[in-house]
Amino acid sequence: MTLEIKDLVVEHRSPGRPVVRAVAGASLTVRPGEVVGLVGESGCGKSTLARAVCGLNPVTEGSITFEGAPVTPLGLRRRTLTGVQMVFQDPYASLNPRRRVGDQIADGLRTARDGETDPADLLERVGLPREFAGRHPHEFSGGQRQRIAIARALAARPRMLIGDEPISALDASAQAQVATLMRDLAVDSGAGLLFISHDLSVVRLIADRIAVMYLGRIVEIGDTAEVWDNPRHPYTQALLRAIPQPDGMGVLPEELPGDVPDPAAPPEGCRFHPRCPFAMDVCRVKEPEPGPVACWLHEPA
Amino acid sequence: MTLDITDLKVTIGGREILRGVDLSLQEGRVHGLAGESGSGKTMTGLAVLGLLPHGARATGRIALGERDLLTLPPRELNKVRGGEVAMVFQDPATSLHPMLSVGRQLTEHMRHHLRLDRREARARAVELLGKVRIPGAEEAYGRFPHQFSGGMRQRIAIAIALACSPRVLIADEPTTALDVTVQAGVLRLLRGLCDELGLAVLLVTHDLGVMSAIADEVSVMKDGLVVETGPRGKVLREPSHAYTRSLLDSLPGETA
Ligand SMILES: Nc1ncnc2c1ncn2[C@@H]1O[C@H](COP(=O)(O)OP(=O)(O)O)[C@@H](O)[C@H]1O
Ligand SMILES: Nc1ncnc2c1ncn2[C@@H]1O[C@H](COP(=O)(O)OP(=O)(O)O)[C@@H](O)[C@H]1O
Ligand code: SF4
Ligand SMILES: [Mg+2]
Ligand SMILES: [Mg+2]
Repeated sequence: MTLEIKDLVVEHRSPGRPVVRAVAGASLTVRPGEVVGLVGESGCGKSTLARAVCGLNPVTEGSITFEGAPVTPLGLRRRTLTGVQMVFQDPYASLNPRRRVGDQIADGLRTARDGETDPADLLERVGLPREFAGRHPHEFSGGQRQRIAIARALAARPRMLIGDEPISALDASAQAQVATLMRDLAVDSGAGLLFISHDLSVVRLIADRIAVMYLGRIVEIGDTAEVWDNPRHPYTQALLRAIPQPDGMGVLPEELPGDVPDPAAPPEGCRFHPRCPFAMDVCRVKEPEPGPVACWLHEPA
Repeated sequence: MTLDITDLKVTIGGREILRGVDLSLQEGRVHGLAGESGSGKTMTGLAVLGLLPHGARATGRIALGERDLLTLPPRELNKVRGGEVAMVFQDPATSLHPMLSVGRQLTEHMRHHLRLDRREARARAVELLGKVRIPGAEEAYGRFPHQFSGGMRQRIAIAIALACSPRVLIADEPTTALDVTVQAGVLRLLRGLCDELGLAVLLVTHDLGVMSAIADEVSVMKDGLVVETGPRGKVLREPSHAYTRSLLDSLPGETA
């Protein structure tokens, strides 16, 4: 039940525009019952990677296998068959506004050929009252809708759950609750969870491992506590330094100057070198090898 | 000028949402407002702006200088809102019109509130874009919101909020939707503007890290009431209310 992404390249092609290599050689493994947090600034390729895993974006190079079988872009049918379910940022867009939420959860149960479970049971599991099954999506708050989207995803008994910024559209104070709920439900059912978020403190709360993505590549990956306490890649260090500490000291967090460069024209050598305070000559010409830390400062001895 | 909220009560459909809120904003100071989802933070900000939902009833006093905003006639209140009191929200899309150029949105406010002519308004708009550190302000003036990144859009929303030289800025989760790297820049910007312009800022945030970085005073809300108020260092380091302590304790791995 392991998800294995190896040297994945995914390109977006649109007529009259340069090819955008949104994922540019990324490797990542998610094991059953494991929560992997994928973080990085907007535009670094997180959604493109997630959509490729679900077969929604074609693989240009490299491979994605789930339970040993390659994931191919066969669309929705294939996705349900492979047992991968995705929860998106905007629950409103992914729920049908005209159908009662109980019926939509029942669709998921049918996918899993589950004739026993009542949709209301799933509502209960995501912390909502059973009688909500008879209502329509517009009758709920954003946080409640996202819980419903999670209930529907779980109904299909996925063996891998992918959340693409599932909490970013929620009221700030509901974000940690929904993230923790996703973690608990995935882990309890033995499924893996790939949780994508730009909010590092929430990822820290729920992930076993953290993968840091920059301009289409995973630049650092490791156990959550290790990455958090001892970040090794200069980009990870900059990300963590930008998080303000609740210590009451009034310290303004450090800015990381500059934006994520255009993936259609990535910098030569290390992709981070134009923003890196430690950039050396080699960094400008040669791309570091992928590994737990992809940086010339941390070459394996 | 200060803004003093005393015993603010708001009822919607028979339900008491705010149950007697007291808050005081001072010029050149950032007052942080924390508290769990549904505690009434947003409603407090909306009450100051006179933007409560239809059917809401508000009592108490919201004093801006000599005036009570709760009893101000609608026309007067309109002048205050977007003039002396401005706002910034979690999602910059709330404050930006997708079909109008950035320059148009900035100058419309100024021409309406400050009665500037076209040329003066344009010059001030470009200056404001520079102030919130939008690169290439001259050129940015003619562009549309979708042509900017999320962080830049929030900076533009802040520029629009500043257009009419407000004395009070209500910022409701202004950095929650942003990347941390971008958030750091926007926090520095807000702090700098508060200091430089002598703004009185009400910063609503669930993030105690953000609070700690830029708030001078911190208030904590629960169930429509402010349960604790005090200097940042005091509230975040030696909270006196059990609820504040529980908020701090729930932070992952922080050792107090
Ligand atoms: N359908 C598409 N066509 C062209 N470019 C795209 C498309 N989707 C995403 N991109 C580009 O690919 C890059 C990565 O985007 P995305 O995967 O959405 O990043 P993230 O989710 O990390 O914000 C961005 O530069 C984005 O503009
Ligand atoms: N338009 C509305 N009509 C009625 N009640 C509302 C409305 N908007 C919010 N509420 C209620 O007011 C309370 C306070 O909400 P809010 O100020 O948004 O909380 P916060 O910003 O602290 O999360 C909540 O219980 C919420 O359900
Ligand atoms: S390889 Fe060089 S430029 Fe890249 S992150 Fe490491 S030190 Fe910085
Ligand atoms: Mg995305
Ligand atoms: Mg709110």
